Amino acid sequence: MKPFAYQRPDSVAEAVRMNAERPDARFLGGGTNLVDLMKLGVESPGLLIDVSGLPLDQVTATDEGGLRIGATVRNSDLAAHRAVRDRYPVLSQALLAGASGQLRNAATTGGNLLQRTRCPYFQDTSKPCNKRTPGTGCPAREGVHRDLAVLGHSEDCVATHPSDMAVALAALDATVHLHGPEGERAVPVTELHRLPGDDPGRDTVLRPGELITEVVLPPAPGGSASLYRKARDRASYAFALASVAAVLTVRDGRVQQASLAFGGLAHRPWRARAAEDVLRGAPATEETFARAADAELAAARPLRDNGFKVTLARRLTVGALKELTARAG
Amino acid sequence: MDTTPAKDERDAGRLTPADDRSTFTLHINGTAQTLTLDHRTTVLDALREHLGLTGAKKGCDHGQCGACTVLVDGRRANSCLLLAVAQQGSRITTVEGLAEGDRLHPLQEAFLERDALQCGYCTPGQICSAVGMIAESADGFPSHATPQEALADDGPVALGPDEIRERMSGNLCRCGAYPRIVEAIEDVAP
Ligand SMILES: Cc1cc2nc3c(=O)[nH]c(=O)nc-3n(C[C@H](O)[C@H](O)[C@H](O)COP(=O)(O)OP(=O)(O)OC[C@H]3O[C@@H](n4cnc5c(N)ncnc54)[C@H](O)[C@@H]3O)c2cc1C
Ligand code: SF4
Ligand code: FES
Ligand code: FES
Repeated sequence: MKPFAYQRPDSVAEAVRMNAERPDARFLGGGTNLVDLMKLGVESPGLLIDVSGLPLDQVTATDEGGLRIGATVRNSDLAAHRAVRDRYPVLSQALLAGASGQLRNAATTGGNLLQRTRCPYFQDTSKPCNKRTPGTGCPAREGVHRDLAVLGHSEDCVATHPSDMAVALAALDATVHLHGPEGERAVPVTELHRLPGDDPGRDTVLRPGELITEVVLPPAPGGSASLYRKARDRASYAFALASVAAVLTVRDGRVQQASLAFGGLAHRPWRARAAEDVLRGAPATEETFARAADAELAAARPLRDNGFKVTLARRLTVGALKELTARAG
Repeated sequence: MDTTPAKDERDAGRLTPADDRSTFTLHINGTAQTLTLDHRTTVLDALREHLGLTGAKKGCDHGQCGACTVLVDGRRANSCLLLAVAQQGSRITTVEGLAEGDRLHPLQEAFLERDALQCGYCTPGQICSAVGMIAESADGFPSHATPQEALADDGPVALGPDEIRERMSGNLCRCGAYPRIVEAIEDVAP
């Protein structure tokens, strides 16, 4: 690991100013991803700006009836929060399906969104990787890619975004609030992460030096139910092979509103708008759910060893929607 | 981990010698410890290499095994991923700090009673994790194994074997002592 300086700013403004002065700086949240990558030599910041103590650790109600989640709220606290459990169970469940008790206690909302891919080549500095070192190639495409993307990948990169939380936030239409050297702005979480295209080095649309300050959830749609389903190689403490976050409103046997997002399939949480179009207004039956999943997954381009993810995602989707429909009674 | 700043880093003017280390106080097992440490030092390395507290173990050094689990302000965390410099002001408890004098912590007793270990390498992490886990459940924190109905409830979560296994999944045991570990924790869990 390279040596680095360490600063603990007292305010958002100070954190942003410190970062603007140092192109080699990184913000430090819980450190569960960044410190790991520094040990591996993938990240080598000259300055760590510790934002974990900033006063962004609250979950509060918005005037519109939604929820404002500070960027330093720990994953375990967010999962346990009363309002999240009651109104956004999909978010609670996604958080609790991720990592371990220890890691969730340290991990922050901001850091979770910006965690990097678990692609084994990205994490190994002795290997080429377009995301880590642009222009060196993508060995995963022909190599070990069982865990990697089936949707939205490019010739240059087939990595997946590993976060469970972000998948739930995508289905919930959350907005990410940013504070940077050029001021403040808000980005829908579905547009925060990029597809790799020919520039896989950039995971997100974040501009240099921008700090995530909060994530805002709109009010949960009236009468909706939501859940998160995740398939993984072991029962706990493993990243998603495929996952689905679903928010569904069923009335008189018909789908009124549906929002769906997939995890583990793409370079970003994959909002399944084609599936939603099939669902909206259709009878809430297994046949509809399968048709919806197929409409979305028709775009899948599996690699040699990860075609199983398409079947998995289809089954997770149908299972989740059936369960939500059963609950709606 | 190499904690000697590379000479070329210094020469490149990127860092001055004063920038890459700090003097600060850590509160470990109720004792304030003032140390001057390279910023790269993790809590795990500070404990083991600088404070002679070798209870917390280094298994993977990447957050994947739980052998390094300690309590930070009563909450469990992987000390291999915590930078020591970022823990000024927090109270850290290691397995060495759980007993009261000669009286072992009930979980330590239960692990002995149930013979919940083979090589013992994972045990300090298992025990610290279990202490934190029982407190989380008492505080009503749900888990992936908590039934949907119970999510509506704010009270303590009952700790049956399924809850214990799920909540302890961040602690691996290469020897596979899991059945006894679950029993030992069940003995102590309310
Ligand atoms: C063994 C293991 C298993 C895991 N399993 C899962 C899993 O199953 N599912 C899952 O979803 N995750 C999993 N994780 C990942 C874990 O959820 C992330 O490491 C964690 O959420 C990152 O949060 P952090 O606060 O520690 O981020 P950090 O490591 O502190 O930061 C991550 C990145 O975000 C940046 N950053 C942090 N905060 C901000 C901010 N406010 N504004 C701008 N930039 C910021 C940092 O500069 C860094 O680039 C696992 C991790 C490990 C080690
Ligand atoms: S998939 Fe992306 S992250 Fe993995 S080796 Fe290819 S370029 Fe690198
Ligand atoms: S040594 Fe920290 S989790 Fe393995
Ligand atoms: S007792 Fe040997 S690793 Fe658990």
